[in-house]
Amino acid sequence: MRKVHSKILSINGNVITVKADGVSYEELALVKSARGSSLAQVIKLEADIVSLQVFSGSRGISTNDEVTFSGFPMRVGFSENMLGRIFDGSGRPRDKGPDLSENLIEITGPSVNPAKRIIPERMIRTNIPMIDVFNSLVVSQKLPIFSISGEPYNELLARIALQAEVDMIVLGGIGLKYDQYMFFKKALDDGGALSRSVFFVHTASDPIVEGLMVPDLCLAVAEKFALVGKDVLVLLSDMTNFSDALKEIAITMEQVPSNRGYPGDLYSQLARRYEKAVDFEGAGSVTILAVTTMPGDDVTHPVPDNTGYITEGQFYLRGARIEPFGSLSRLKQQVNDKTRKDHRAIMDGMIQLYAQYKEAEEKRSMGFRMTAWDKKLLKYGKLFEAHMMDLSVNISLEKALDNGWKILSECFLPQETSFRTDLVQEFWPAKAPGANPQAAESSEDLSGESSQEQDYEE
Amino acid sequence: MTNERVGYIQSIQGNMITVHFEEDVLQNEVGYVICGKEKLMAEVIRISDNTAYMQVFEDTKGVKVGDRIEFSLTMLSVKLGPGLLGQVYDGLQNPLPELAKKFGFFLPRGIQLDALNSGAKWHFFPLIKTGKKTVSSAEPLGYVQEGIFKHYIMVPFDLTGEYSVEKIASEGDYTIKDTIAILRDSRGNNIKVGMAFDWPIKIPIKAYRQKLTPKEPLTTKIRIIDTFFPVAKGGTYCIPGPFGAGKTVLQQLTSRYADVDVVILAACGERAGEVVETLRKFPELNDPRTGKSLMERTIIICNTSSMPVAARDASVYTAATLGEYYRQMGLNVLLLADSTSRWAQAMREVSGRLEEIPGEEAYPAYLESRIAEFYERSGLVELFLGEKGSLTIGGTVSPAGGNFDEPVTQATLKVVGAFHGLSRDRANARRFPSIDPLESWSRYPSFIAPEVIKDAREMLIKGNEVGQMMKVIGEEGTSMDDFIIYLKAEFLDSVYLQQNGFDKVDAATGLARQEYVFGKIYSVLNKKLNFDTKDNARKAFHALRQLFVDWNYKEWESQEFKEQERKIEEFLDTQMSAEDKGR
Repeated sequence: MRKVHSKILSINGNVITVKADGVSYEELALVKSARGSSLAQVIKLEADIVSLQVFSGSRGISTNDEVTFSGFPMRVGFSENMLGRIFDGSGRPRDKGPDLSENLIEITGPSVNPAKRIIPERMIRTNIPMIDVFNSLVVSQKLPIFSISGEPYNELLARIALQAEVDMIVLGGIGLKYDQYMFFKKALDDGGALSRSVFFVHTASDPIVEGLMVPDLCLAVAEKFALVGKDVLVLLSDMTNFSDALKEIAITMEQVPSNRGYPGDLYSQLARRYEKAVDFEGAGSVTILAVTTMPGDDVTHPVPDNTGYITEGQFYLRGARIEPFGSLSRLKQQVNDKTRKDHRAIMDGMIQLYAQYKEAEEKRSMGFRMTAWDKKLLKYGKLFEAHMMDLSVNISLEKALDNGWKILSECFLPQETSFRTDLVQEFWPAKAPGANPQAAESSEDLSGESSQEQDYEE
Repeated sequence: MTNERVGYIQSIQGNMITVHFEEDVLQNEVGYVICGKEKLMAEVIRISDNTAYMQVFEDTKGVKVGDRIEFSLTMLSVKLGPGLLGQVYDGLQNPLPELAKKFGFFLPRGIQLDALNSGAKWHFFPLIKTGKKTVSSAEPLGYVQEGIFKHYIMVPFDLTGEYSVEKIASEGDYTIKDTIAILRDSRGNNIKVGMAFDWPIKIPIKAYRQKLTPKEPLTTKIRIIDTFFPVAKGGTYCIPGPFGAGKTVLQQLTSRYADVDVVILAACGERAGEVVETLRKFPELNDPRTGKSLMERTIIICNTSSMPVAARDASVYTAATLGEYYRQMGLNVLLLADSTSRWAQAMREVSGRLEEIPGEEAYPAYLESRIAEFYERSGLVELFLGEKGSLTIGGTVSPAGGNFDEPVTQATLKVVGAFHGLSRDRANARRFPSIDPLESWSRYPSFIAPEVIKDAREMLIKGNEVGQMMKVIGEEGTSMDDFIIYLKAEFLDSVYLQQNGFDKVDAATGLARQEYVFGKIYSVLNKKLNFDTKDNARKAFHALRQLFVDWNYKEWESQEFKEQERKIEEFLDTQMSAEDKGR
């Protein structure tokens, strides 16, 4: 069936049409032009007219270029030899290594039977308190990092990748800036993780359609590794570029746009990828961390909005800190009752107080007189930001919890917090200044906190 | 088969195909795409000339133009009969655990399994005798014991008119394939009736005498719902909220603790992980009413977000049909659909592929009527024999951007009886359940006197106003009276409206306890209080809040519960009486 078709009927955006028989839906084809060859995929069949999206774009394609149908859907090679390798968005080597031609697997395979899934219960420790204490990351979780351009989200991804206890890392770059691609390569190399990583990188300078395949390639490979027992962490940066590529194709295909030009099936498209995250009973797992940049810092933009409904929580990265408000790990309840019994109480209690601090801070900035309670909150907020939120804090969960009690006891009396009495009795530091009512009442000077700084383990 | 009706594929885009056919085709008829060895199920959704537009319930990868379609002459249907309870189905009633047994981790394409175990024996008790003059649609012929319920074997709902009973099986063990009765219609034709039959999912079951007005409260054991925004048996409610506001946790809590006979969970286009929690935990959890496993009263319809979109559309109808079926047995059924927005989006995808003229946000123009039809399948009904059964429907809505002004939320609000709006602000402040007490409403009566509820709500509204004002004019500019109102409202919020869904005791509060505790809180709200400084007022309320929060964690009517109550009384008498702290 390797018939060559040499009459391209139309070229519109990155979509071309040819006349051909016996072509199946989503089949892969090769388009040869003077500029070189490119893969293309069937996206519509109408009688004998076949529409294909051309991965490297339609620029320079001539109406008499050759189109050869392969008879297969998109596939990618899978072997242990992939580790340490770098590929492009069509699955071809980007490094100087050999092509992957053996043991080909189909991408976009069937979805996992919900009845075969298990309740995730393995925590991934990252040593970042805002994650470990407040929004624990769990094996098989799918979690986006919501951010705006310019925030160090790729740095955060790289750090989590290096510190998380996983067997291997699959990095998918979609519209990744070249320097960010080099950064990932260097960071993982320096951290000694490159040899257990596979990269599929589509850079910002590559044709946009090529980025469409990256999540599928990454997840197909990750899934196969998981089935042979590996715990795989998939990093995707950035899914907003992926959605924009979807939008471009949809508009070219004259689909009715639903919201800001995005196709109506954006949710389903994103879900199909994110739902590949799984913990296989008796085998490995796939965990997905993806960057979603929010255009204009607007979380109601269709991409972050649809993503939030699909993923199991989200981290907001703002001002180089993981925001406590809005950030959420939906799976944390599965693991944070098995760590330490004060974990949940610290998690909720400290955030409630931080919310009150924000209100007090707002009042202060508007020039209102600060009550004694407000002053306590202000002190608390500063300590919280310095010893919990700052991304440079790199400590274990247990140390972070201890620090939490220390911060609380320095600022408040036990009954001012809404902790359960039994926890207060067990964990409230006995000799801390907060245990002494006078000390807590009079701690009005914010500068006074510096004397206690050295108490925090970091 | 000789009269096999077939068609051939003309075009393919996504899961939409157009098919050329020669003979006749039914609207909503099921057909199968023959793709190599696989048979992919599809449904006719539009017919024009000799072309049928069909949505395929599976991935269409590898399908070719010219592939054959075999039509089935039946509309999309579900199997109704004993053995539904405890099952986990996909949107087309394929049992997922059976698929897992046969095919492992992944969902195979083009496989349809029997919805009910045809080998299982059920012990049948006949309720009528041979020669009984007439029976009609939905009349019980007998029953089998399904778990804790009497599962009535009824005259299939699609049999209209009256029938004489030619033969009825005697008491004994039968499978769903066995004939348990032979009925004769007015023209003398004999009809064999088994214990199971098919029913098209998009057609409501109306085998009842009349629909009644839902009044009796359905206890969810969630305080803010039962006391302030109650749901009635046979009623409808919706839970719109942005992501992360706790819709799904709220649904899960309701599915566990709600005071109903049967719960049907339709996980429609949502995360698979959430269903898994239910799947794995329910068999181990005990139904507080019966002491049996919760799974014995639950059916899960599970079409999660990565499963085919067309089957997602079918899943809510499948769920509603199963709900109506159990209602026919005089049971109280609760259908929880999470999330109806995903269903609406599935409609939008199909509509887009049909190139229909789009309405608001590209949703089809018939969105509202479809949503209304769905919620109208709920209801408290009087059956032919006089008993009552109810189907209550609660749907979550996932509005884009958390903005309730979008088409799905608005269309839903028009038809439901209660609105539990979740607020992102409350969720961010960890105030769960994050049902907004100011925006939400219910048209159903609460078990607590309306004037008391009105009072408490006014306190919340005023407290909120004072809180807003304080942000502008500061605490020092607020009068002591206003400040106390603010503290009282906050107190009511934190010790009653908020509830810890992850605590064994606090997660479910029965009506008796709600009434008792609310009474106590109401007396605090009405107490005349006076403090010398605002700081002292705040301190007193903080301490009182602590006492009440601890109280919420004590087992109802236990020794500790009474002990804590005594502490509260003491605190109220000594620290919070108006005379002591009077100016």
